[in-house]
Amino acid sequence: MSHTTLATVLFLLFVVGTLAITFWASRQNKTAADYYAGGRAFSAAQNGLAIGGDYMSAASFLGIAGLIALYGYDGFLYSIGFLVAWLVALLLVAELMRNSGKYTMADVLAFRMSPRPVRTAAGVSTIVVSIFYLLAQMVGAGALVGLLLGITSDSGKALTIVGVGILMIVYVVVGGMKGTTWVQIVKAVLLMGGATLVTLLVLGKYGFNLSGLIGEAAAQSGKGKAFTEPGLRYGTDAQGIWGKFDLISLGLALVLGTAGLPHILIRFYTVPTAKDARKSVLWGIGIIGTFYLLTLVLGFGAAAMVGSEAIRTENAAGNTAAPQLALAIGEAIFGDIGGTILLAVIAAVAFATILAVVAGLTLASSSSFAHDLYAHVFKRGNVTEKQEILVARVSAFVIGAVAIGLGILAQAQNVAFLVALAFAIAASGNLPAILYSLFWKRFNTAGAVASIYGGLVSALVLVIFSPVVSGRPTSLIKDMDFHWFPMENPGLFSIPIGFLCGYIATRMSKEYNDAKYAEMEVRSLTGVGAEKASTH
Amino acid sequence: MTTEQHDSSVYEQIRATDRFQELRRRYRSWAFPMTVAFLVWYLLYVVLSAFARDFMAIKVLGNINVALIFGLLQFVSTFYISWAYARHSAAKLDPLADELRGEIEKADK
Repeated sequence: MSHTTLATVLFLLFVVGTLAITFWASRQNKTAADYYAGGRAFSAAQNGLAIGGDYMSAASFLGIAGLIALYGYDGFLYSIGFLVAWLVALLLVAELMRNSGKYTMADVLAFRMSPRPVRTAAGVSTIVVSIFYLLAQMVGAGALVGLLLGITSDSGKALTIVGVGILMIVYVVVGGMKGTTWVQIVKAVLLMGGATLVTLLVLGKYGFNLSGLIGEAAAQSGKGKAFTEPGLRYGTDAQGIWGKFDLISLGLALVLGTAGLPHILIRFYTVPTAKDARKSVLWGIGIIGTFYLLTLVLGFGAAAMVGSEAIRTENAAGNTAAPQLALAIGEAIFGDIGGTILLAVIAAVAFATILAVVAGLTLASSSSFAHDLYAHVFKRGNVTEKQEILVARVSAFVIGAVAIGLGILAQAQNVAFLVALAFAIAASGNLPAILYSLFWKRFNTAGAVASIYGGLVSALVLVIFSPVVSGRPTSLIKDMDFHWFPMENPGLFSIPIGFLCGYIATRMSKEYNDAKYAEMEVRSLTGVGAEKASTH
Repeated sequence: MTTEQHDSSVYEQIRATDRFQELRRRYRSWAFPMTVAFLVWYLLYVVLSAFARDFMAIKVLGNINVALIFGLLQFVSTFYISWAYARHSAAKLDPLADELRGEIEKADK
């Protein structure tokens, strides 16, 4: 049996298993709280795994392993930013959001503001961030199938992306939050298992000597000592000083982005109390931190055993380093069949990873469309729960279709890099408004709207006129050059712009609602009036 | 649900009580300085990676250099701060928050 067949079989097993869970979950979905928040009945440990499942995307698994394998140390920076970011969520956001919100991020932002403009802004920003993130996952799916099935034609990759898209739509539309959460849990367990297995095999091969592994990786990378030092990816001589600032920009976007990601924020609503939200984040940090330590070994292992050149030949952006490593280490230890099996397992796990994250993102964005834009803005609250959920399901279809379309476009980019752009947009558009809402008494409608649009638009504009979109061989549009912004990641500018817009607009408007802020403070810190778990 | 039956002024009264002010102080006086601390510690690491490459390249143990150790220390500090926050909130925040919530919900009935 070839690795293609085996991987396909394993992946189909995952699909069948998770579909069964999804249909089981759908029979228990009765109310809006079930559809949007899984009935708020998940335990902290379950939700912690699901947080890991939502967060450890193709970017973490394929993207970071690839960046480390190609650029050594500079790839490791991603892992650290992605992890430290969870402290912002833990200390400042998770519990307070659980206590004062209901289904979406906008529930918290609109709490003491004029609801329509704020919900509109938050809904738009949720959808934009989610689509950027979705795009990255779709690119990962395309890269995987290229390696696995040997399909390099654009139409073959496009077909895979369509398949992934259809599956994710089914998970979300049928299973809602409950089904999606279970898919995340299953995927998190599989991913941790797969990554641990390959890590142990790699470490075993190098006698559990990390220094030896790193030395071999440096030798096989063709870069020597520089491979273990900062600077191969960012701030090279060609990029000059802007490359160094780009690194700082990336670092800022990563650490401030997580607490602004809509699909992560809605995870806090799936547990019964704020205390459970805290515990689930603690679980999440433990799982995610462990996973990133594993990716360090995976990345260096791929460089050592496969070699940077062989990885670059397969996928110029490095997205296939982890499965290539699985094949190499399997062959080295168990012979050809072992390599085939391990590659199949890792490829199936990676597909499962992509599918689960994509489902989480689709749920977040379609929920926001239905709950914020449709129910509160278009219909001014005059909708039944049934209508709202119907709209959520329909918009899951539409967003799924958009993601499929865009995913077919951006195949040449590294997945982790694309996700970092989504982080930058979330950190610029969402985080300032969230923090101001929770902690600044004087914050008001004008400030919320200005900080969301200011951060969102500045991040988008800077990305459009960056070398990511035009002017370089790796750009999305290769044969045009209209870039004037020198950095790839906009965070260094767009995040302060988001905060500043919110501050200035707040100061310029006299409006603010102190009574509602009192309610928000009391509720967010004590849990009075927090949404209860449904019992059935 | 439970929120609508509250008069807004009730929340303002609760907010003005000493015990609520104490709860807020305990939360903010821990979470805010700690946030500043871990952000500074993290940004120091990022800035050194960008601008102090010779320092980061110093080998400490075999092929393991300062940069790698600095990165691994970020993991250690993240795990430590998470643990410390869990302890702080269990000891200082939860009991007071539960007490206040109990009283407000009781007064409601």
